[in-house]
Amino acid sequence: MNLRRTLATARRVLLQLRNDPRTVAMLLVVPCVLILLLKYVFDGSPQVFDSIGAPMLGIFPMIVMFLVTAVATLRERTSGTLERLLTMPLGKLDLLLGYALAFGLVALVQGVLAFGLTVGLLGLDIAGPSWALLAVAVADGVLGMALGLFVSAFAATEFQAVQFMPAFLLPQLLLCGLFTPRAEMGTLLRWISDVLPLSYAVDAMDKLTHQSGFGGGVAVDLGVVLGCTLLALALGAATLRRRTA
Amino acid sequence: MMNSSAAAGAAVEVRGLSVVRGGRPVLHGLDLTVATGSVTGLLGPSGCGKTTLLRSVVGVQKTAAGEVTVLGRPAGSPELRDRVGYVTQAPSVYADLGIGANLRYFAEVLGAPRTDPARVLEQVGLAGREKDLVGQLSGGQRARVSLAAALLGSPRLLVLDEPTVGLDPVLRQDLWQLFHRLAADGVTLLVSSHVMDEAARCTRLLLMRDGRMLADDTPTGLLAATGAPDVETAFLKLVSGFDREAPGRTDADVPRRPDVEAPRRTDAQESR
Repeated sequence: MNLRRTLATARRVLLQLRNDPRTVAMLLVVPCVLILLLKYVFDGSPQVFDSIGAPMLGIFPMIVMFLVTAVATLRERTSGTLERLLTMPLGKLDLLLGYALAFGLVALVQGVLAFGLTVGLLGLDIAGPSWALLAVAVADGVLGMALGLFVSAFAATEFQAVQFMPAFLLPQLLLCGLFTPRAEMGTLLRWISDVLPLSYAVDAMDKLTHQSGFGGGVAVDLGVVLGCTLLALALGAATLRRRTA
Repeated sequence: MMNSSAAAGAAVEVRGLSVVRGGRPVLHGLDLTVATGSVTGLLGPSGCGKTTLLRSVVGVQKTAAGEVTVLGRPAGSPELRDRVGYVTQAPSVYADLGIGANLRYFAEVLGAPRTDPARVLEQVGLAGREKDLVGQLSGGQRARVSLAAALLGSPRLLVLDEPTVGLDPVLRQDLWQLFHRLAADGVTLLVSSHVMDEAARCTRLLLMRDGRMLADDTPTGLLAATGAPDVETAFLKLVSGFDREAPGRTDADVPRRPDVEAPRRTDAQESR
């Protein structure tokens, strides 16, 4: 891995984004609009927003980052630029970390905006420290980005990449404990839920909602989310092949 | 017909190269040599395996058998990655970036000098167009940006897959002059084309059909050997001879007049 090439790649990805203001606007605005909708859908029962507002602050950015990253990396494959890059002295990890840095920065801005809206304007009331809420929200966005990078290896077209959202993210959403507490699930579902990264993202948000302080549980959950991010990046690098059929 | 200086000054040596794609054999045990400093044209109809051969030379193609040696190293070796420039058939540059931003990124990946983007833009006739967005360029201009990116870092071998497709005659002439200037500096160029009239601009020709090499010769040598007035006729003559010699053909004993044109041409004329 080479820092100069990684940073050059990150800069290039950000430049591409700058030339596409509509995508940037969607990236930053859509999670905020969804959270706003959530708040007013449950206008009559504010306790609902207080209990699921924090998990949603993690889930919305994750879904948006997943989609954008999966399609962006797929475009790199289909445009032939990936093949050109792999004939050049660019490490596979340089490429993936470059993408991760660029989209990680977007996830940070997105997380700060959604957090500011949720806690500042909409007055989400949680027991834990709000900086931890921000940290978990950004980590979730970065996880979505890493998963998007990884699944784009298995998609040959944009159509397929977009289908990975329902195929890959919606089961996680059903099993993450948002609809039924994970402890009340059947054994098999509980096991599956235990190996899916979104479960830990939502667990961390749940703990921050109900417990004061930054307990050990939250730190472990956050660690699992970050670990899954690194694992997805490593798997993504492993699926890149310089030689193809 | 094998180049006698093969071992000493070869930029590319291919021995017994076979490639199978999707269960179908695409290249059948190819042998060829590309001499250093030559402008070698790889000619043949579309679908004959030119791109697969070029991809094997660059080292991005999975091969079934054989050896490909490039600048003394196995094709695809890490040491070759800043010494071989490759231009794919479809321009492989970022449509949502400016010309300059594209070249600056690739230059940085290659570790090329900062002045290189301006130099290669000059070479492909796009000087001063740094700010133009690649997505808004014409097809020919986009192809030239893709070529410019391959010239970054002054590679010793340039592998160009149909670099002049869609260009007007003046530009095509400019690019061929550029290729020869590069060759004069010791750069080796392997250029594919399905347009036979580009053959005369090469110092060496490789004629391919159905994954096999029909001829490896100089343009004048090829015309002398086949007694044809131009490369297209020479190719057609070779094809008809090749088909008669090829084993397993069901119509092998159908007699042919020696001066008859290739079957494809005859079919095309009848259907008119």
